[in-house]
Amino acid sequence: MSPTILLRTTGRVLRQLSHDKRTIAMVIVLPLVLLTLVYYLFEKQPHIFDHIGIIMLGVFPFILMFLITSIAMLRERTTGTLERLLTTPLHKLDLLFGYGIAFGVLAAVQASAGAGLAYGAFDLQTAGSAGLVILIAVADAVLGMALGLFFSAFASSEFQAVQFMPLVAFPQVFLCGLFTPRDQMAGWLHALSDIFPLTYAVQALQEVGAHADPTALMWRDLGIVAGAAVLALALSAATLRRRTD
Amino acid sequence: MDNAIEVRDLVVVRGGKEVLLGISTAVRAGKVTGLLGPSGSGKTTLMRAIVGVQRVRSGRIDVLGQPAGSPALRAKVGYLTQAPSIYADLTVKENARYFASLYPGITKADADQAVRDVGLGEAANQLVRTLSGGQHSRASLACALVGKPTLLVLDEPTVGQDPVLRDELWQRFHALAAAGTTLVVSSHVMDEAGRCDRLVLIREGRIIADDTPEAVRGSADTNDLEEAFLRLIRREEAKV
Repeated sequence: MSPTILLRTTGRVLRQLSHDKRTIAMVIVLPLVLLTLVYYLFEKQPHIFDHIGIIMLGVFPFILMFLITSIAMLRERTTGTLERLLTTPLHKLDLLFGYGIAFGVLAAVQASAGAGLAYGAFDLQTAGSAGLVILIAVADAVLGMALGLFFSAFASSEFQAVQFMPLVAFPQVFLCGLFTPRDQMAGWLHALSDIFPLTYAVQALQEVGAHADPTALMWRDLGIVAGAAVLALALSAATLRRRTD
Repeated sequence: MDNAIEVRDLVVVRGGKEVLLGISTAVRAGKVTGLLGPSGSGKTTLMRAIVGVQRVRSGRIDVLGQPAGSPALRAKVGYLTQAPSIYADLTVKENARYFASLYPGITKADADQAVRDVGLGEAANQLVRTLSGGQHSRASLACALVGKPTLLVLDEPTVGQDPVLRDELWQRFHALAAAGTTLVVSSHVMDEAGRCDRLVLIREGRIIADDTPEAVRGSADTNDLEEAFLRLIRREEAKV
């Protein structure tokens, strides 16, 4: 790996985004719109928004980053830029971490905007700090991105890539504790949710919601999310083959 | 070193079909070698094998004294794919500067020069997706030239270019060769064959001719290269 190449690759991905104002606007504004919708849905029961709002702050970045990363990586494959990059001195990890950092920056902006709206306008109540909420949301975004990079290897068209979103993201969202507390789920669903990394992101956010100081469980869960992201990145490195048929 | 590339008994199978059937050839250093043949003859596959992105069944390719695809070669080999492979949502200059940043010792000024070298100085700040087809492939070419490679592998670099630009590009290729760069250029247009120092004609995964344009004309007993290739192909078929 080379720090210069990593930095230039990060810059290149951010520059591509900067030429695509509509995507940036959607990434930032869309979660705000959905959050607003949820707020008014539970306007009469603010304690429910405290419960759901904080989870949504973690789920949005996960889903959106999964989607845009898998499409971005698919484009690298289908337009031949990936094959070309792999004939240059660029290391696979320069490319993967370049995407990771660039989209991580975007996710931080997105999470801050979401947290700003939830705390500022909708009076979200959490025992812990907003900074921790943003930190976990960014880790979540990086996890979504890493899974997106990995699953894009199995899609040969943008149609297929989009379908991986419901396949990979929806079950994790359903079972993460957003709709039903995990301890009320059937045994096999509970077991399934145990192996989904998003579960731990949501649990970490709930810990911040319930405790004034960061708890050991929160740090452990954050570690699991980060570990799952690193694992997915390593697996995606294995899908980047220099030699193909 | 006389040979920049040595190919021995190369067999490549793609999708269950043998695309290259045990070919052997050598590419002289500091020359422009033309790879000619109809679409589907195996030109692109051979080029991909040379730059080390093609999985090969058997045989051996040495590039600049090392096995094709060796990490040490990545800073020395420039590759232009047949379909332009650059970022459509970046400007021409941003593309060239990004690819420049991947090579040690290559500066932004080098990148801007490469853009001018392919005649895109005026369009440098244009987004690639707004370019015409010919400009798009020249922008891609700029990104292959930018690393100042020792070996340039160019897959159909002049397709869709206007005749004046095509002439300029060929002059540039020869200037690069004169400065010591080895070039492998594929084409399916026979009028470009005469511009090469050496020719390799591929048909259905086999090499039919591998010589200088003069020698190819001589062996087929005609001055027209198109006609020469036709005669060589018929002669080959008569043998079978």
